[in-house]
Amino acid sequence: MMNQKTPWERMEIIRRKERPTINDYIPLLFDEYFEMHGDRLFGDDCAITGGIASFKGRPVTVIAQVKGRNINENKACNFAMPHPEGYRKALRLARQAEKFHRPVLCFIDTPGAFCGVAAEERGQGEAIARNLFEFVGIKTPIISVVLGEGGSGGALALGVCDELAMLENALYSVISPRGCASILWKDASREKEAAEMLKITAEDLVGFGVVEAVIPEANGDAATGPEETAEQISQYLYKTIEKLSKIDIDLLLDSRYNKFRKIGVYSEG
Amino acid sequence: MLEDLFKIVKTRSAQEPKVPGSKVNIPSNLLFKCPRCGKVMFAEDFEAAKKVCVGCSYHARLTASERLEITADKNSFEEYDADLQSVNPLGFAQYDAKLEELRKSTGLNDAVVTGECTIRGSRCAIGVMDSRFMMASMGSVVGEKIARLFERAAEKKLPVVIFTASGGARMQEGIISLMQMAKTSAAVARHSAKGLLYITVLTDPTTGGVTASFASLGDIIIAEPKVVVGFAGRRVIEGTIRQHLPDDFQSAEFLLEHGFADMVVGRDKMRRTLSHLIRLHTKEGA
Ligand SMILES: [Zn+2]
Repeated sequence: MMNQKTPWERMEIIRRKERPTINDYIPLLFDEYFEMHGDRLFGDDCAITGGIASFKGRPVTVIAQVKGRNINENKACNFAMPHPEGYRKALRLARQAEKFHRPVLCFIDTPGAFCGVAAEERGQGEAIARNLFEFVGIKTPIISVVLGEGGSGGALALGVCDELAMLENALYSVISPRGCASILWKDASREKEAAEMLKITAEDLVGFGVVEAVIPEANGDAATGPEETAEQISQYLYKTIEKLSKIDIDLLLDSRYNKFRKIGVYSEG
Repeated sequence: MLEDLFKIVKTRSAQEPKVPGSKVNIPSNLLFKCPRCGKVMFAEDFEAAKKVCVGCSYHARLTASERLEITADKNSFEEYDADLQSVNPLGFAQYDAKLEELRKSTGLNDAVVTGECTIRGSRCAIGVMDSRFMMASMGSVVGEKIARLFERAAEKKLPVVIFTASGGARMQEGIISLMQMAKTSAAVARHSAKGLLYITVLTDPTTGGVTASFASLGDIIIAEPKVVVGFAGRRVIEGTIRQHLPDDFQSAEFLLEHGFADMVVGRDKMRRTLSHLIRLHTKEGA
């Protein structure tokens, strides 16, 4: 299976309103899902859902960015752009998973962390930084899956994990192609070109050692078969949880550290 | 919204301050015009004041060598990893040329200088970012040097002091630059787990991916007066809410008020503050 689509074609696929979201996948992946609310500090952020689920008879903690399918759903979840309290809820739930020795499953699907006055007042930068700092040491397996858009630091805050997977059309980038084009050429309309330059597809990221697995979508587009795509995600998760659960926790934390530690391209001497 | 990681705030006020007496014909390189309050000073007086505005106490940007000069004890600084250089992993247009030009004009290999020094006799590992080099954006070299700084400090049981400044992630290195946020934060975590001290000094401007990683992770977070610190770009937020934000939005003082900095410390007291804090974390104590 080789995905022949250009980065731009994939971008169009993941932006379509028919693209399945975490709300479609949760009932297909889990027998039960109890949603948990709030960061215990400020409030509850609906751009991130989190809770405890039963996955093939095993308890797991789920943390996911929520996209909507229409304007009302998107208003309710702030277009999947979390505020600091969303990231702090995620950290609270990951700590809870660590206490009860259950794996953490993160699902990434965001254009980025929200940029606004309230987000700055409540420390958006600190909230993301804290997750990067803490997740690297959480003593339980963590698996992250990029479902659609992986937008920069706001995605990475749920992306410090033992294994990162991407759906075959998902994209993960440091900046939106549009933003890149407007900085580079002062012309946002050249976003197609920027999408090529930025190297943001699942295959690109496997090449950089950032992503471990690519999950196939039904008929090359998840929207044509959410059940079949969920089944592919489920198989990947099952296999990976089995594998990671057998590894001694100190070894797992070392290899999580090294997964990120070794990323970088430079010359020396 | 992602582009906000890269936006630099150039002015604090709605209107560009007018240079008073601009009819007087003085070459502009002999003058400093404060970007915050518009005050004009002779370059000589501005240098003598350690690049602090006498009008509003805005602490202007320093080069890495100027910072080390006023921070480290004389001849105490030993540099780490000076020869690390950025390459162009994505084959990004014009990136090589830009790097080459900046290496020449700044004399630096990239946007951070790291090493070891003493501050009034207290030994520490130190990192200083230099905004002249691609707005001190974080690519592989910045990430690697910061990670090595923390790893070496952990090995030698040294505290770490970092003077941060950055426009965010380095777009030209794509996803690799984003991953430096995780890499540096992980290195901070390992140093921290050994019970060692990390002090962040936020300088002008600290934004984007650096704010969202190691800059926000100090045990103690100090900011210089009037500097810009934030996650998103001011103009992007203003564009979204269609309102002008107050001048002190995302300033050092804003951070202090909202609980994201421990203290705002002027340049004249920085050496004293750092050395005392380091000493309070040693066995000998105060
Ligand atoms: Zn001033």
